[in-house]
Amino acid sequence: MDIRFSGFGGQGIIKCGLITGKALSLFDGKNATLTQSIGPEARGSACSSQLVISSDRVLYPYIVAPEVLVCMSQESYERYEPDLRDGGLLLVDEDLVRNAKPRGKTKMYSIPATRIAEELGNKIVMNLVMLGFFTAITEVVSTGAMKKALPGLVPSRSLELNEEAFDRGYEFGREALAGSEKSEEALV
Amino acid sequence: MKKTKADPKGVLTGAHYLDGDYAIAEGGLAAGCRFFAGYPITPSTETAERFVERIPYVGGVFIQMEDELASITALIGAAWAGKKAMTVTSGPGFSLMMENLGLACMMEVPLVIANVQRGGPSTGLPTYVGQQDMMQAKWGSHGDYEIIALSPDSPQECFDLTVDAFNLSETYRVPVLLMTDECVGHMYEKVVIPPADEIEVVERKWYDGPKDEYLPYKPDEDLVPFMIKAGDGYRFHTTGLTHDERGYPVINAECQNVCVPHLVEKIRQNADKIIRFEEEETDGADVVVVSYGITSRVAIPAVQKAREVGIKVGTLRLITVWPFPEKRIKELAGKIKAFVVPEINYGQVVYEVERCAYGQAPAIHVPHCGGWVHDPEDIFKAIKGAVK
Amino acid sequence: MNEEVLVEETDEELNPAEDYLRLDRFPHIWCSGCGIGTVVRSFIEALQKSKVDLDKVCVVSGIGCTGRVAGYINLDSFHSTHGRAVPFAVGLKLGNPDLKVVVFSGDGDIFGIGGNHFIHTARRNMDIAVICVNNFNYAMTGGQVAATTPIRANLSTAPYGNFEYPFNLPYLAEASGATYVARWTSLHLRRVTKSMQEALTRRGFSFIEVITPCVTLYARRNRLGDGLNLLRYYYDNSEIEHGADTRTLDIDYQDKITVGKFVDKEKPTFLDCMNNYLSEVIGDEYRPYGVK
Ligand code: SF4
Repeated sequence: MDIRFSGFGGQGIIKCGLITGKALSLFDGKNATLTQSIGPEARGSACSSQLVISSDRVLYPYIVAPEVLVCMSQESYERYEPDLRDGGLLLVDEDLVRNAKPRGKTKMYSIPATRIAEELGNKIVMNLVMLGFFTAITEVVSTGAMKKALPGLVPSRSLELNEEAFDRGYEFGREALAGSEKSEEALV
Repeated sequence: MKKTKADPKGVLTGAHYLDGDYAIAEGGLAAGCRFFAGYPITPSTETAERFVERIPYVGGVFIQMEDELASITALIGAAWAGKKAMTVTSGPGFSLMMENLGLACMMEVPLVIANVQRGGPSTGLPTYVGQQDMMQAKWGSHGDYEIIALSPDSPQECFDLTVDAFNLSETYRVPVLLMTDECVGHMYEKVVIPPADEIEVVERKWYDGPKDEYLPYKPDEDLVPFMIKAGDGYRFHTTGLTHDERGYPVINAECQNVCVPHLVEKIRQNADKIIRFEEEETDGADVVVVSYGITSRVAIPAVQKAREVGIKVGTLRLITVWPFPEKRIKELAGKIKAFVVPEINYGQVVYEVERCAYGQAPAIHVPHCGGWVHDPEDIFKAIKGAVK
Repeated sequence: MNEEVLVEETDEELNPAEDYLRLDRFPHIWCSGCGIGTVVRSFIEALQKSKVDLDKVCVVSGIGCTGRVAGYINLDSFHSTHGRAVPFAVGLKLGNPDLKVVVFSGDGDIFGIGGNHFIHTARRNMDIAVICVNNFNYAMTGGQVAATTPIRANLSTAPYGNFEYPFNLPYLAEASGATYVARWTSLHLRRVTKSMQEALTRRGFSFIEVITPCVTLYARRNRLGDGLNLLRYYYDNSEIEHGADTRTLDIDYQDKITVGKFVDKEKPTFLDCMNNYLSEVIGDEYRPYGVK
């Protein structure tokens, strides 16, 4: 399974990859290889981190067409969405990515992650809101593992806030799933 | 060779999610490295950053030098002072280090240099992967000498092989190069660091005989001379000039023809003990893929695909690139149709494979000039082409 | 004042130097009349007088005529590569802070190819001493122009005379952060010895420039006569001015040479700074380095 987290510098995009990768490889018994886009192309504008997840050893370390794409900026959406695998999942912050829509068999879920983080009192935890949402929608990683991965990767003084942000995103994701299942049933 | 257990102060026991660069710093600390002199250069800087963050709690020195010439030279000084010392760099910095890599070989000083390779030549591709310094590792400094170079394929191996690099370096009184690359250096994976008492550490080959009989360059049975450290009252001399067993310069052909063969032979004659590689399914293989570092992982999907279409493919992954497993390559060459050698350069180790094959089997190169890893499809095509 | 200099040189018997030299390496390579030997003699006397633990003294040289000093002094001695004596010394000192590390090398080595190392090591107030024998040229390679060559002096790569501005070494050292700076000529043997003694017993980055005749190349090419003629030149033209403003210490061809001790001040060394600062910001968990 290939996953890409994307957005702009300073949003904690690399952290998203680190937390998820650490959760999977240290606590969920999976192999997760994280690479990141660094260098000139990562300065200022679009920034991304990539995870390759496998129950066997990861051989090819990069991703080509991810199954999951998380977008936290307009630019990253425009840049990376065309690579999303057909049938893949697109997760966006609905306030930061406008006009996002599914294409072909891709499925899209959106969340006002920044707004939720602001409600919690600090915009900076929007990446944790997004991670909670991601965990709920994709089910590739357990919530327990994600929580265990946080110490050391978020400042200890704001650990609780980060956990809360994760929970809020997770709940939002569960509801969104329930909602979409209903609408799918309705379609059937 | 005296083995001890790692000093627990430097060992961060446990399972971690680390990138290769960080794992190199942890490997150094676990091996007992307490001196790091370096100069920032992408994509290796994270190793220095990790070391300098950790060393205040372990006890030791980190110093950011004025350039790479100074970095490696300071390592040589620190090694003579009795420390295990390391640095990390990439292409341009590696080039600058070549001058005093020669001095370290000539003075027979143990130290470890990690080269997180990027695309070259010159400034090249600072932030992208390359494996283009493999021949420089072997031949980069002027004159004849032998060196040991290891190539890790994962952050876990960055840790493990850094410990091994120190052990080899102390065993043979020779600089050891950890030739990794940007991909492995910047890739995060699980790294398990064992408890200190499970990490074997080689102690320097200290001399403990009578002081007035000490000769810093008198080879012992294993060809490696005993070492002492500055400040212990031996009043010894060491030089980058051609020297005799006393370490005194002797500027003539006779001495040169003792001094240089010694530097070369102490590695060559111990090569069987140093060389490490991993082989899979080479028995009865028609093609053997020889690779190292990140490329050895990227080659596996190609090998699997080739096996699916009925081609008998084996793999040989170099863990030590230098010295080279000459004997094994020669043996295999007599039994197979061809070697396939993918590497992220325009032809380096492939020529060593070709040399060691002695014309019995061709070595087919799969080039890539850096910036990315191979597309496994290209390696697959080369394997297919090799059995045609 | 110059009377005093001459008197100084003759008023005391020197102790035998044999114990401090590797006699099994003699005869040495230096030309007769070369000034390097006399600087070595001063160094030996400074070792004797300063009563430092000789087992702890390390001498590091680079490449060049002066670079051979490490080979002749019977201490732990390191003959490194061209220009790299200073970073080698930094490694030794930081590897074992109990060592007293002395760099003994030439002007081409320390300030030509090794200039960058010098300024950064002075900046850090690294606790080492640098003794630079300045003979105004690259002698080992046959007398080429150097970063210290006075304008108009003739050398093999300046066959019509040098037209480049030379370094004023004491000024460079002080500006870079050296906490002890002195300049003498090889005529001022006792002064040289005293400065070396001070450098061996103080803490911090010490720099001593000793202007020394290169009879075979610099003197011959410029028709300056033999070693004695050069000492005569030093005698006639050197002026002792302790504490002189280092900005005023340029040396013009065969012109006045201001000598003396120009800087001698206390400042925490690199390791002092490292230990103090990290103890302050990290607290009890910090493991001080090289502190007994
Ligand atoms: S060439 Fe000059 S500096 Fe070198 S030994 Fe002879 S006189 Fe001395």
